[in-house]
Amino acid sequence: MPSRELFLPQQLSYTLLRLAEQLKEKHENFASSCIIGIQPRGIYLARRIHRLLLDENITLPYGELDVTFHRDDYKIRSPLLPNATKIDFLITDKRVILVDDVLYTGRTVRAALDAILSFGRPALVELLVLVDRKRKRDLPIMANYVGIEIDSLDSERVTVEWQEIHGKDSVRIETRSF
Amino acid sequence: MARSQLSVKHLLGIKELQVSDIEIIFQTAAQFKTVLERSIKKVPSLKEITVVNLFFESSTRTRVSFELAAKRLSAELINFSASTSSVKKGETLLDTVQNILAMKVDVVVIRHPSPGAPHFLSTRIPAIIINAGDGAHEHPTQALLDCFTLQQKFGTLKGLKVAIIGDILHSRVALSNIWALTKLGAQVRLCGPSTLLPPYIESLGVTTSYELMDTLQWCDVANVLRIQHERQKGNYLPSLREYHQYFGITPEVLEKVRHPITILHPGPINRGVEISSEVADGPHSLILDQVLNGVAIRMAVLYLLAANPS
Repeated sequence: MPSRELFLPQQLSYTLLRLAEQLKEKHENFASSCIIGIQPRGIYLARRIHRLLLDENITLPYGELDVTFHRDDYKIRSPLLPNATKIDFLITDKRVILVDDVLYTGRTVRAALDAILSFGRPALVELLVLVDRKRKRDLPIMANYVGIEIDSLDSERVTVEWQEIHGKDSVRIETRSF
Repeated sequence: MARSQLSVKHLLGIKELQVSDIEIIFQTAAQFKTVLERSIKKVPSLKEITVVNLFFESSTRTRVSFELAAKRLSAELINFSASTSSVKKGETLLDTVQNILAMKVDVVVIRHPSPGAPHFLSTRIPAIIINAGDGAHEHPTQALLDCFTLQQKFGTLKGLKVAIIGDILHSRVALSNIWALTKLGAQVRLCGPSTLLPPYIESLGVTTSYELMDTLQWCDVANVLRIQHERQKGNYLPSLREYHQYFGITPEVLEKVRHPITILHPGPINRGVEISSEVADGPHSLILDQVLNGVAIRMAVLYLLAANPS
């Protein structure tokens, strides 16, 4: 399968640092902010960003959200196995930073917005993604913080891998084999 | 990302399920259980689905549990009970169901006194059938929730020693539990009076005993069953008092056993017959956990079956 890395070595860590800096710019002291990773793949990025902020002594609540039961495509393809949702703080009046690895059709984010509302009424919801496959949206959804913007075809697939589980960091675009 | 497709289109019995199906159901139920602990206990998963509860026999727990499960998933729900319907006027099962299906129903949850009624429907009507108890045959969601409750407590069922005590002969809960427990690797012993233990049941990979004390010394878990008067056509017992003396689970009996025994009971309880109140409400009883887990298990079953792309 032909594939191409989207980041040079080292470049990914600069991008993550930049995303953390952008959050600091917008959230000042993070007094009422929280960070929530979307299961299953967004949690690794969320944990990295949370870690980077923690390294600078910025503490904010961290949660993980599974959106399986809020998806609308279960009649089209077989359902995914649900992952754990872990949000042990109140969402109400919080500034929520939703985190996912790739933004594509926007349907996962739609489901996540729906899911987050069953935990309360946030003051604000923002979206942070590593890869924005722009001009591929099915819904009017855009990210507030973007690692990299790319043009891509439907036949292509973006895969994000993390040191923590896959052994190395890798963000690549590959042409799907049919 | 792992897909969660079940190998079956209907839930007719545990016998037809594969171990991987049970694992998928448990994994999904565990997440639904967390949904039930939120302040908003509802997800929109099945908002396009209509479920009918078709009960030809009385029920409290199972029916309310399925009703709650469907509503928590945002499905539409119709309740049907045979005692107030045209079944009284002589309508057949197939006609009743076909008429209800003509009103566009996706899932039929059926309880029926005849063994095999759900299987019969599954071959004749284009809807998803879930068996909520068919005669003395199977009660799959009860077995799933019993095993799920044990898995949550013990982590795994492998090697766990489970005794099923009481009226095995007339119990669909016993049969479904035997299938589920043995598939998940538990050891099963059946215990009851000789008249209520069916012959050749050992062929299902279980052991039997007529001695309550022996069984309790052996087991980690006792799943206590009710004497099913309504299904008993002969004289199987001299009296309920005698049954209580020989097979009733009381604090005095449990005191003689050196280790703590986890108590399950599918309900309804006949207090003072198969189990005393002190034990049913005691610290080792998981009876109310079973009820909560029942909703999560039924949500998982409804979700996984209804969410299968046709």
